Amino acid sequence: MGELEVLRHFTRLSHLNYAIETHFYPLGSCTMKYNPKVNEAAARLPGFSLAHPLAPPELLQGALELLYGLEQMLAEISGMDQITLQPAAGAHGELTGLMLIRAHLSSRGDPRRKIIVPDSAHGTNPASSTLCGYEVIQVPSNPRGIIESDKVAEVMTEDVAAMMITNPNTLGIFESEVQAIAEVVHAKGGLVYLDGANLNALMGIAKPGDMGVDVLHINLHKTFSTPHGGGGPGAGPVGVKEFLRDYLPVPRVVKGRDGFSLSEDHPKSIGRVRSFFGNFGILVRAYTYIISLGSDGLEEASRMAVLNANYLRKRLEGTFHLPYTEPCLHECVFTDRFQQKHGVSTLDIAKRLLDYGFHPPTIYFPLVVPGAIMIEPTETETRETLDAFADAMIGIAREAKENPTVLKSAPHSTPVGRLDEARAARKPVLRWEPAERK
Amino acid sequence: MRYTPHTDADKAEMLRVLGLSRIEDLFHHVPASLRERAKISLPHGLTEVSVTRKLAALAAHNAAAGDWHFFLGGGIYRHTIPSVVDAVISRAEFATCYTPYQPEVSQGTLEAIFEFQTLICQLTAMEVANAGLYDGASATAEAVLMARRVQEGRHRVLISRALHPHYRSVTATYLKNLQDVEIVEVPFDASGATDTGCLTGELDDAAMCVVVGYPNFFGVVEDLDTIRRACSRAGALLVTVTTEPLSLALLRPPGAWGADIAVGEGQSLGVPMSLGGPGFGFFGCAKRFVRSMPGRLVGETVDGDGRRGFVLTLSTREQHIRREKATSNICTNQNLCALAATVFMATLGKSGMRRLAEVNAERAHGARERLIREAGFRAAFSGPFFNEFVLRMGELPRWLSRFAKKKIVPGVSLGQWYPELEDGLLVCVTEMNDEEEIDTLVRAFSGE
Repeated sequence: MGELEVLRHFTRLSHLNYAIETHFYPLGSCTMKYNPKVNEAAARLPGFSLAHPLAPPELLQGALELLYGLEQMLAEISGMDQITLQPAAGAHGELTGLMLIRAHLSSRGDPRRKIIVPDSAHGTNPASSTLCGYEVIQVPSNPRGIIESDKVAEVMTEDVAAMMITNPNTLGIFESEVQAIAEVVHAKGGLVYLDGANLNALMGIAKPGDMGVDVLHINLHKTFSTPHGGGGPGAGPVGVKEFLRDYLPVPRVVKGRDGFSLSEDHPKSIGRVRSFFGNFGILVRAYTYIISLGSDGLEEASRMAVLNANYLRKRLEGTFHLPYTEPCLHECVFTDRFQQKHGVSTLDIAKRLLDYGFHPPTIYFPLVVPGAIMIEPTETETRETLDAFADAMIGIAREAKENPTVLKSAPHSTPVGRLDEARAARKPVLRWEPAERK
Repeated sequence: MRYTPHTDADKAEMLRVLGLSRIEDLFHHVPASLRERAKISLPHGLTEVSVTRKLAALAAHNAAAGDWHFFLGGGIYRHTIPSVVDAVISRAEFATCYTPYQPEVSQGTLEAIFEFQTLICQLTAMEVANAGLYDGASATAEAVLMARRVQEGRHRVLISRALHPHYRSVTATYLKNLQDVEIVEVPFDASGATDTGCLTGELDDAAMCVVVGYPNFFGVVEDLDTIRRACSRAGALLVTVTTEPLSLALLRPPGAWGADIAVGEGQSLGVPMSLGGPGFGFFGCAKRFVRSMPGRLVGETVDGDGRRGFVLTLSTREQHIRREKATSNICTNQNLCALAATVFMATLGKSGMRRLAEVNAERAHGARERLIREAGFRAAFSGPFFNEFVLRMGELPRWLSRFAKKKIVPGVSLGQWYPELEDGLLVCVTEMNDEEEIDTLVRAFSGE
């Protein structure tokens, strides 16, 4: 195709998307913060973008120094001892973390059979557990939205390898019993895994490493501002306490007197989880972000993320049903209960928001909340934007009462209306084919 | 640098609305024992100028292709990337959006993925392809996991030793914790291809699948015809793994040979090398496996007014619906890299890619001949190859150390993965290595 034709086609397609730079995008649990431009410039420096992974380490000293430095910085922020940067995504990090746990327990003689997962957990937690050869036991959260250590004690046995916990959890609530939970799990010889998807609430507030966490993963594309790209590439580094160091994937970057080198000689290592060094270009962006903000900027980011979420929650309280009244951190969860009276559901509210020029919050997740509307504004939004969003939500609640039809048939202003997903799944058309072959 | 836009007046007003007096009050429910220790001990933030200087200094400590003469392949390739590719993937509408869960405002991403799936199908001649996986190595592991799902009762995975060592290692890591899976490595022969005699000997009714590189790690193009027939006799699935997908513009594609699953690494198609990541894994297979596939899929449908549109589909395979029963735990598809490849393939077109592949093959074949004739190398293998090949030379490390001064990296030493190829060098020549550069390489070895 001619280059201009290609550009016109993809530019036209791009106009059909909502994105952070075009619209407020308060997707809960996704941390859609601003993705700074300086990060992009850094990743495109020829010394990084044109570096080949199989060049001798002597020719990669700058890249290895960056990897080593990023490991150190993430360890400090999370309170863990060692970091691997190899996993390519959060779910990949989860799988890696569980493999580390399994390798450690196996070396003590028994990998055990089960993983405890809260009912409010991300779907990746149970999926990763299965992939690592474990069965899943679910533990319910209490009416205040948190996991009680007593409930964990009821299911914790010497056959449980680990408990996976998200903190703050997917309701945006801090798991205040996390230390007690860790004691219960450790007392029976299990390990504690932290899903670090919500680390954006914690920087300078609480370190997972101090909560009794043994393994965690960090989503660089959430807390550390690398772009989501419509579904990756991201990166899911894993942090561990010192006793798990030997199991980390190889190669490890080692700092010596003559510079940085790669070490493959770790017999207890789980092996590789990805080719080469992971998503290096993403690691460069996260490194750039961390040194740009520094300790003061990172701490301020978490404080403002929490302030923004609490402010939005306050503005919407009363208009929308708030299932958990515990204080929230970086995100809050409402439901459609008040609007159900008028026959209006969360899906209708989400679709109507599109007409107001906002990307909807995460909907119908966490699964423990029927009709969930999960809002995470992030720290990079102004009070004016939050107010405009709150006004739109309140306006939609009014419409639900006065003119529910307009919600049921929303969106009205997008390139296409609600799409027939059942048809897509029933008779899948997954590629274009020339007419005669159909 | 900070990206928090709040003025002091904003903060004061927001706190007032919340009925709080200080920001710290937002955190009173976090145990004090944790808060006390949470201070981050890192340097303070920097200005953009300082940040840029620091990163530029780190970047300058790496050898970049172009500045250096690279003949490096082995899974990551240096190819031309038309400027239009970065122009498209830099667009914020593509770069800063999330997974397209709200299709009404994500048609751009969804249609691009649909095109990507189509192009991967055309390149590999497979019936269906997913939206992308992390990389070629994890795509290989996922292919074996899918083979395990659809080949119940079979437990032996036959993997060619001529498959990329990282891919073998990642696959082993993924399979280690699963019951009833046994990996058998199949040796390579003097041609550098999988030893089909040994393969046939190993194939039995417990064989789940056979995994071979195409071209393999030595650059050698495997005899898929023979391997396919051996697989069929035993009822094993054929999984092909391509680290250099540009080769498929020239070679008969895996689907045409009857591969059941064709996976690989897509970096070569418009994505910078970037120390090996991010790129993307691609995954194509026969239509009958579509409901067992890992990863995202985009499908065509219509809206209420009959307008054509695209959605994520067959989600009942996926973790957010199926949780512990999902076909995989994957929730991303390296989307921006997949988009880069889509733009790359659209820009070059079928004929452009074929021409580019021909230039690669011509340059590589010419360089190999000269290195053997003029520089004293011996050919390691006799099999056909695309743009990389293995040569042998005594005292290889001594030669290599001399080359740093001349800013030449002539290839990848194979001894670290293959002790029997201690003197083996994997040399890759692409369209980016012009005749002058090849000349420099040959002269360096011939001692001139």
